Amino acid sequence: MGLLSDPNRRQALINLLTRLNAPICFVCYFAGVAWFMGLAFEPFTLRTYMSENAMGSTMVEERFPAGERALATGREFAAHKKKVGGMPVDWLVKTMQARGLEVFTQSFSRTLPFPDENTERYVVKGTNVYGILRAPRAPRTEALVLSAPCTPGDNNNQAVGLLLGLAHYFRNQVYWAKDIIFLVNEHDLIGMQAWLEGYHHTNVTGMDWSPLQGRGGSIQAALSLELSSDVVTSLDIVLEGLNGQLPNLDLANLFYAFCQKIGVLCTIQGKLQRSDWDSASGYNHAVQTMMLMVMKQASGRPWGDHGLFLRYHIEAATVKGVNSFRHYKTDLNAYSPITAGIYRLTRLHQSYFFYLLPSLSHFVSIGYYMPAFGLLAVILLLRALDLWVQLSAQPSRTEDGVSNPGVLSVLTPLVISHLTGAALYMLPVRFQEVAVEHFPVSETEAVVLTAIAVYTAGLALPHNTHRLLSGEGTEMGWRVLKLVALLYLAVLLGCTAVINFSLGFILALTLVPAAAYVTPHVPKALSAFFLVALSPACTLLFSVFFFQELQEMPVSFQDGWLLYLSVIAQGMLDHYLYGSLVFPLVALLVYPCWLLFWNILFWK
Amino acid sequence: MAAHRCRYLACLLLLFLSVILVTMSQETTLGHEQHELVIRPLHSGDIYASFQFRTVWETDFMKGNKVSHYRLFPKSLGQVISKFSVRELHISFTQGYWRTMQWGQPFIPSPPGAELWVWFQDSVTDVDATWKELTNVLSGIFCASLNFIDSTNTLQPSASFKPLGIGNGTTDHRFLRYATLPREIVCTENLTPWKKLLPCGSKAGLAVLLKSEKLFHSSFHSQSVHIRPVCQDRQCKSSSWELRQALNVVFDLHTSGQSKREWSLFKMFSRTLTEACPLASSSKIYIDVTDNPQEEQFELSPATPLLSQAVVLGDRRTFSVYDLTQQVTFGTVRSLNLMIRWKSSEGDMLRPLLHAERYVTGYGLQTGEIHTLMYNNHPFRSFPVLLLDSVPWYLRLYIHTLKVISKGKDNNPSYIHYQPSKDRERPHLLEMLLQLPPHSVTEVTVQFERALLKWTEYTPDPNHGFYVGSSVISSLVPSTVAMETNITMEQPLFSSFFPCKEESSYFARVYTEPLLVNLPTPDFSMPYNVICLTCTVVAVGYGSLYNLLTRSFQVEEPNPGLAKRIANVIRRMRGVPPL
Repeated sequence: MGLLSDPNRRQALINLLTRLNAPICFVCYFAGVAWFMGLAFEPFTLRTYMSENAMGSTMVEERFPAGERALATGREFAAHKKKVGGMPVDWLVKTMQARGLEVFTQSFSRTLPFPDENTERYVVKGTNVYGILRAPRAPRTEALVLSAPCTPGDNNNQAVGLLLGLAHYFRNQVYWAKDIIFLVNEHDLIGMQAWLEGYHHTNVTGMDWSPLQGRGGSIQAALSLELSSDVVTSLDIVLEGLNGQLPNLDLANLFYAFCQKIGVLCTIQGKLQRSDWDSASGYNHAVQTMMLMVMKQASGRPWGDHGLFLRYHIEAATVKGVNSFRHYKTDLNAYSPITAGIYRLTRLHQSYFFYLLPSLSHFVSIGYYMPAFGLLAVILLLRALDLWVQLSAQPSRTEDGVSNPGVLSVLTPLVISHLTGAALYMLPVRFQEVAVEHFPVSETEAVVLTAIAVYTAGLALPHNTHRLLSGEGTEMGWRVLKLVALLYLAVLLGCTAVINFSLGFILALTLVPAAAYVTPHVPKALSAFFLVALSPACTLLFSVFFFQELQEMPVSFQDGWLLYLSVIAQGMLDHYLYGSLVFPLVALLVYPCWLLFWNILFWK
Repeated sequence: MAAHRCRYLACLLLLFLSVILVTMSQETTLGHEQHELVIRPLHSGDIYASFQFRTVWETDFMKGNKVSHYRLFPKSLGQVISKFSVRELHISFTQGYWRTMQWGQPFIPSPPGAELWVWFQDSVTDVDATWKELTNVLSGIFCASLNFIDSTNTLQPSASFKPLGIGNGTTDHRFLRYATLPREIVCTENLTPWKKLLPCGSKAGLAVLLKSEKLFHSSFHSQSVHIRPVCQDRQCKSSSWELRQALNVVFDLHTSGQSKREWSLFKMFSRTLTEACPLASSSKIYIDVTDNPQEEQFELSPATPLLSQAVVLGDRRTFSVYDLTQQVTFGTVRSLNLMIRWKSSEGDMLRPLLHAERYVTGYGLQTGEIHTLMYNNHPFRSFPVLLLDSVPWYLRLYIHTLKVISKGKDNNPSYIHYQPSKDRERPHLLEMLLQLPPHSVTEVTVQFERALLKWTEYTPDPNHGFYVGSSVISSLVPSTVAMETNITMEQPLFSSFFPCKEESSYFARVYTEPLLVNLPTPDFSMPYNVICLTCTVVAVGYGSLYNLLTRSFQVEEPNPGLAKRIANVIRRMRGVPPL
């Protein structure tokens, strides 16, 4: 600290930082990216291990005799589903009762803010059916949830069959210490949201649901089943939940431990584990797995029914049965002990809540990945320092300055860009009816196109209006504005990264170069192109293509564009239906912040 | 010498005689013993077995006379009630939650965990100290953690718990203490001391059925001890002590029966009965056959000619009675193994007239809301209930958010007794008298804030959560007997114009489930990290700030050159001022 209290040395340090600012920023940026890429390299990561001692996997009985019967139940369920043309509520109630459960139903209805074209639903009405297996000599204080969504079409029938099979099997065991709730939810996430809101008697999203009649106390953990074929070759675990929340790492560890024990193939992000980490392809594989997780987490949407549980501090995961690795074959008899085993869960709290998984056996904890983000964020601070030094040096030269930049010249662009952001948030849904009346588009298209229109209009707005309000901008004006914008962006990204690292990192990756680079004195056309290419909307577009590439399903530009439009619609729906925060974050904070830099570029 | 010996002999003889006389007189007056087992096949296909052992001790030490002879009455308990001037003592240990919706009303209700309530005599001056001592003693007697009862979980309900025995003197609730321990786990270590209180132990009579490995292989297990003063005779000139030991257990035949729906005493308890306890004046088994008059539901063997009818919990029930004091009961094989074979399948859920549930709503670790729902399923009669809610201090109730709603309208309680909590001293106590409208759900909601505890106050495994004891709902429920529409069948018309009959309503107590609430919990590996971090921050931050504040800044003169320094040294040696 002597460094700072000594004026000479302080000056030297500041001189160094201002003189070498640009090179240091470059180094930081590339170091950040390199650090991030290094996270997928196996020797740099930690092996996963069970932190909760109570969760030893030795106690599990490894035979589940009723696999065939579960499949038969699944077929029966499918037949009834087809007959009723939806969820066979009565049949489910009867079947669950026959298995000795206390059965209850919950009806719900929800009108979407605009029609969802992917799943073709607008007014959603449905019924959830759940049965509670009461644990003997337990005082109804704790419960575990096992759920299977009832999806339209031929999907997921086996999951319901397995759920009912497990209910039967569990009923005959005596060792349960917690009530187990078997839930079949209609309309996937909407049903799950209704059930969770009903169970916790909250109303976050304005849904109509009937109150629940039976409860089992506080839910400790949940597992959601997805299974659409009679033959299962491997199990895939999905962890990413709403707003990028993740369940406790012990849940993934437990899943992995059971799979190892029973000898079932298990995957994450649909990718098998590879042992050749030292080869280029092995490393590439790990990077792909990790990047998929980052992309999914950054999207902030629940990637399975489990995603909604995390809000209520319930550790949850979705287990998918996959039938794609043809060389291996297992049947349901292997699937079930894993779920049965996982049902010894207690409240998991020991292990990590913030992590990235380049494979199931290795993880990157928050302490390892945060420096990558820190290196990017420090660029903003360095640039801000540089500007600060410049600004504090300037007044001596313009002592009699005609136009010392007032608060107004900074405030005006701030306010205008935030108003644009607010318009981006509010207008699309509000004006869908008007848009549908005047243009030949559907509601969903109207919403998405309005959003894009507002976004584009925002580019034209701020740099024209600020002059009208506060006269000519000064050299000092843009510096003050940029200083404010840099600090604003640093705080914004910092907070985002703490809550959802992936989102923060991806935004930092694109916004930081733009923010560091932009001044009014750079070539306008080229810089404008550069800035637009790094804007949040384009980031999303690139992400869509990149995600498709990672999933080994590359799309043409045409399809990619359509996908992009539907992703925007999905993002908004996620916000309105489940309370995802990515859309408001981008519309109300990130986009206005980016507009400030856009404003600086066109400063006159 | 001879005279001496003579006198000595006479003395001995006298002593002997007097002992005989005393024992004989006590044989006739010093109480009797009643044993009973009620078995009720439940709707859900489960079996409810309820043991009751009643000992009456015809002595009166309320007035302070010391007693040293106990005979059938367990001495350990007798000493406790005399030492601590207890008027009434009720203690129960329960593992599991009574499922009212499936099983109907229990004979003796109890909340999950341990419950203790005691009425002290008026002569006790320092009730709190006596209570503290009493809980510690009982903790030793029953091998339970009753010593965890302290002022933070002790209540003085004003109305919910009235004395059940004869009430001579006042019923001032200053002399009442009530506490529950919802986290208490009941196991064999609690059963053994409980069995030791029985006159025959577990050696003979009904008590041989109390095998712990079977009793704890059930859906519900509850054991309790109730001591209260009762009248000795009709005039009630003197009182005697009644000790009731009750054990309720519900067996789940689904898991144990391998889908065969039949049971027997041997299957349930792994024992059959061969004799009654010789000390018991009566020892009987009752089997509830009300739903089964023509044996369409189940088949009972061996059959018994003895039937008895009684109104139990507002419902007229018929019981088959097996008297164990009669040799005939045991038949030729000299052992009684009752068997029931079910014919029908599992029934639907019941709609008991009164039931309740409670849960916590909301998410996050800052605030929450407690919902208590009370269902009145009577089609046309409303009835009053008394709700007792006790909430630990670390859930800070916002009492202004208390709402009582029935059928969408506010339901104003006619009596409210609320005692706010004091941090680390006493819990919240809320008692309300409410009228439940017919066929309705009454919802009581109150919001709370979760307190941040001191780091030593967390229980072991704090991430598991903190327990909040059951609410108690005491009520006078209209009986189903009074609901019968065809009353005119049996009784003369003039007797039944007004629906108010002697047994028109019965007292029922319903316990809700306890709650498990998560409080904001620190990461307990953190303190070390925090200490390190704060030390560093303080050292670095404070150090540099202090440095900047105290140091005086001077412009340093440029270093003199080497030649100049040498010249100065020479000048100093010469005594000339330096350059």
